[in-house]
Amino acid sequence: MITLRNVHKSFGAQKVLDGLDLDIPAGKITAIIGPSGEGKSVLLKHLIGLLQPDSGAVAVDGESIVNVGRGELNRIREKFGMLFQNVALFDSMTVFENVAFPLQEKTTLGRDQIRSRVLSALEDVGLKNIEHKYPDELSGGMKKRVGLARAVVLEPKIILFDEPTTGLDPIIKRAIHQLIIDTHGKFGFTAVIVSHEIPDIFDVAQNVAMLFQGKILQHGTPDEIRNSVDPAIRQFISGSLDGPIQMI
Amino acid sequence: MVRALGSTTITIVQDLGRTGWFLLYSFYMIFRHPGSLVNVLKQMRFIGTKSLFVIILTAAFTGMVLGLQGYYTLAKFGSEGMLGTAVALSLIRELGPVLAALMVTGRAGSAITAEIGIMRITEQIDALETMALDPFKYLVTPKFIAAMISLPLLCAIFDVIGIYGGWLVGVKLLGVNPGAYFYEMEKAVVWRDVYSGFAKSFSFGLIIAWIGCYKGYYAGHGAEGVSKATTESVVLTSVIILVWDYFLTSVLL
Repeated sequence: MITLRNVHKSFGAQKVLDGLDLDIPAGKITAIIGPSGEGKSVLLKHLIGLLQPDSGAVAVDGESIVNVGRGELNRIREKFGMLFQNVALFDSMTVFENVAFPLQEKTTLGRDQIRSRVLSALEDVGLKNIEHKYPDELSGGMKKRVGLARAVVLEPKIILFDEPTTGLDPIIKRAIHQLIIDTHGKFGFTAVIVSHEIPDIFDVAQNVAMLFQGKILQHGTPDEIRNSVDPAIRQFISGSLDGPIQMI
Repeated sequence: MVRALGSTTITIVQDLGRTGWFLLYSFYMIFRHPGSLVNVLKQMRFIGTKSLFVIILTAAFTGMVLGLQGYYTLAKFGSEGMLGTAVALSLIRELGPVLAALMVTGRAGSAITAEIGIMRITEQIDALETMALDPFKYLVTPKFIAAMISLPLLCAIFDVIGIYGGWLVGVKLLGVNPGAYFYEMEKAVVWRDVYSGFAKSFSFGLIIAWIGCYKGYYAGHGAEGVSKATTESVVLTSVIILVWDYFLTSVLL
């Protein structure tokens, strides 16, 4: 369970999070939706301590990650895996080395065990015979899948996905969503997905939270959000230009 | 105006503090998690071995021009025999460490900043953090260790090649007595000269790694941010090397 209480965050004069409260339940897939530039990625980075709030509380399984030492933060981070928006694969390493890296650094497994774990993780995301390639030799969809393999290889308790399907074609998008559902079914981790994919994300997530103007407007099941009467949520889901969300 | 001045001052002080903290934390990490031997050797190959060609070339021509200038200056006083001493002392005390460091700054310091800067803007450093791994262990400390080992070695090579460059011009082209060239050099150069040259090189290696890594680690946004960080890194490193050289010389002399 991850809890955020009265979280504020500004960058210069720009207020991004404005007294945000959110409870992310354990073992479920929670999607954070909302217009572009509303701070969804900023919120995600607060969950793993990559960003610290100006004020407010963020706790993972009851342990605060605000203003704690690096050692303490790293201990809590061991619970996490993260798939970045731009995947953030290590570009000087091959696919195999990328997925093997967390295993080499965080476990005492032998070379053969690491090899079999890496190949198995790559197979789980539908990739074969690409372990010798470098990230810049892969397509966007393949990179996302390698990133997913790297995020799950240590079998973390919590995985954060920052726009895992942005910029992908509809078939690969569906495939990535299915992979998230399948790997979640297999490992049972807590998942937090930042996404714009309406309505697809309602089939993936068990909880959906709408972020708007630095606060969570509503948090509920996909059906509750789909049937929300809040004008901003209704506008966002319908993609209408008229309403409280003014993009232009 | 007062507000702008205050804001600039605060930014400068914050930047200085962060630079100092970066150096201290790097030292802490060198002793705590020096990084793998393979990584250090890779960096030594990049900073040291791959700089050899440019170092040899610069050293040869620096020695040759010292031989040429030194000969005509000393000839005015009838002291051509002292040419070896003049070339060796200039190189070992000053030009070897400083020029080798400036060449490495241009070749490897800029690349260090660009590499770490690109890792910063593509979130690769954040990826290391989310894996509960300290980026310093992988990106910073191996470069510090490699630079501090490589620079004195490159400086030694620079000195030797430079001395032979001076010998080529002084002895082979201008007819200085070869015995006098080396004999006077052996008499005049003392261990303290060599030691001070190595001490300088060692500290220059530290400066190159420090500023190179720091500028990359805190690179701004996008390609422009990395490009700006790389330029700043080369300029700042070169300036600090020359300023530090003056202070170190005044202490070591």
